[in-house]
Amino acid sequence: MDTLNLLADGLQSAFTLENLAYAAIGVLLGTFVGVLPGIGPAMAVALLLPITYGLDVTQSMIIFAGIYYGGMYGGSTTSILLNTPGESASVMTAIEGNKMAKRGRAAQALATAAIGSFIAGTIGTLLVAFFTPTLANQAVKIGAPSYFAIMLLAMVLVSSVLGASRLRGFIGLFMGLTIGLVGLDLSTGQARLTGGSLELADGIGIVVVAVGVFAVGEALWTAAHLRRMPVDVIPVGRPFMGRDDWRRSWGPWLRGTALGFPFGAVPAGGAETPTFLSYITERKLAGRRGDSDEFGQGAIEGVAGPEAANNASAAGMFVPLLALGLPVTATASILLAALTSYGIVPGPTLMTDQPDLVWTLLASLLIGNTLLLVINLPLAPLWARLLRIPRPQLYAGILFFASLGAYSVNQDPFDLALLLAFGLLGFAIRRFGIPVLPLILGVILGPLMEVKLREALDLSGGEISGLFNEPLAILCYLLIVVVLVAPAVLRRFRTPDEAIPEKEAVR
Amino acid sequence: MSESVSDTATRQAPSVDKSQYLLAAALFAVGVYTIVDARGLNVGFGDPVGPRVFPYLIGAGMIVLAVLLAIATARGDVAQAEAGEDIDLTTPPDWLTVGKLVGILVLNLLLVNFLGWAISGALLFAGSAWALGSRTPLRDVLVGAVLAVGGWYFFYALGVPLTPGILDGIL
Repeated sequence: MDTLNLLADGLQSAFTLENLAYAAIGVLLGTFVGVLPGIGPAMAVALLLPITYGLDVTQSMIIFAGIYYGGMYGGSTTSILLNTPGESASVMTAIEGNKMAKRGRAAQALATAAIGSFIAGTIGTLLVAFFTPTLANQAVKIGAPSYFAIMLLAMVLVSSVLGASRLRGFIGLFMGLTIGLVGLDLSTGQARLTGGSLELADGIGIVVVAVGVFAVGEALWTAAHLRRMPVDVIPVGRPFMGRDDWRRSWGPWLRGTALGFPFGAVPAGGAETPTFLSYITERKLAGRRGDSDEFGQGAIEGVAGPEAANNASAAGMFVPLLALGLPVTATASILLAALTSYGIVPGPTLMTDQPDLVWTLLASLLIGNTLLLVINLPLAPLWARLLRIPRPQLYAGILFFASLGAYSVNQDPFDLALLLAFGLLGFAIRRFGIPVLPLILGVILGPLMEVKLREALDLSGGEISGLFNEPLAILCYLLIVVVLVAPAVLRRFRTPDEAIPEKEAVR
Repeated sequence: MSESVSDTATRQAPSVDKSQYLLAAALFAVGVYTIVDARGLNVGFGDPVGPRVFPYLIGAGMIVLAVLLAIATARGDVAQAEAGEDIDLTTPPDWLTVGKLVGILVLNLLLVNFLGWAISGALLFAGSAWALGSRTPLRDVLVGAVLAVGGWYFFYALGVPLTPGILDGIL
């Protein structure tokens, strides 16, 4: 019960009036930004990063926890009321959620999403608290060769499993790796890819890359294809659920949590797959009960399950982040960057070096999650109004805040030029269908990988065998081979047309 | 740039997405530059790996990917452009609006140190809203001014005073 004691200590240090206020600010800001169309949780965290500059590390962690869960919740509001999910994780919620809203059950859809998110987030955070110390204890023993192999595996998984085109996944990854190269070489201090520019010698901050690619890129891409027709927002009252809704929701909540958490904890799991699996499961179960007719016309199970899965996977991402220092989502990458800016080195030693911080963070996740429910259920009608913000002002605001954030770091117009450059890159990758996540992971994992590669090879005196002298490393390489070869083998046995009809049919 | 971005419209017809060759060429150039740049680095004594190996690997990988993309493009591979809440992929891209926005962002980065954030930020907001088709310029300038001055005081309170520019002493 050591974990419970530590968590209780964390709760105690997070439970001051001041910290609760920070958590509330985080939740409100996160939901506010997350509800805005076109902004997902990763962009919300990146855009709001600058507001924590004057704060100490604990307080900013508390705000981040609020922003993160708030941003996630905001996304589900958008997909239920607008039927246009801003991120792939909300696609499944939109299917039944929007149908429910059209049938006048928007209040129930929002309520089951909010309560399901709360339950999944709470269970998920508790699981993180129980798993992470054990994993971190093991992770301390992992050597440089295995570390290198794990990171390589994470990259290969993210680039090849997610998205429609593996080629484009790897193109995104290598773009990120190239960006990560810019700056001084860590051990010899020589400038790489800076073109002689002194401003680039420190490397390119992940925040400028993320805000540029996510926010500015999104604004420019939307500008090129702006929908000129007014959007159709469904009005909503205060969310509530009847007895019948509760009876039908709790099963999907728990099943969604069980599906979501493990996927969130592994690289390339993300929220896409578990939300899809949860939706399919609930539809099948409804069919067995004989009331599958409601699916496709607004079944509450189809909102409750995927939303729980979404939030549980969002909590799962903290396991590799805290135990290994390995971010597996774009949001995790930005959180990692935020931690590093406070001089904290994430990784297996984080749990032993900064136990207070970790437990306060976990406790603030629980608090943020609870506040989310308390604050947002009554505020839902207000958030729904945000969806009517005229688009010119909305995207002008995104550009304004993105520029403000980039400029405030060093007060250097050069950063604004970089921001624009990454905005144009963000435009290009949207045009060419290149996924964002491998790019962001490449930027943040590339330099870490190089350190581990050189560490491993220094130990072996340059012998390439130094990369394969640990069983865990060999296991990772085997998995990489399987991931790369398996699709080609599978394709021989079945034609691509019949491989994915169900997924297509659901969309 | 007249080709359709919409993937659904072009999926049936085996047309070649010509601008993808452009992307492949750019990636190829980046890969070559990465390798050329790494050749200029010195490897110290007793350093079995050195600063060159990693850029070599990345540059080489980039070149391979560029070639693969060119081959895939020639075989009729078409990009699946990203969809979204406010995005209508059935219309051709509106380059004029994008150009205006880029111009406004460039203007902001050129002027921010002279005018100060409070003024250039307000112009950035109002200008972007105008470029995106807002028909309420006066209100946009007011909203922009409130956001920019508010942003300035927010960071001032955090202990990060942004450039005041020509408003030095007034703010």
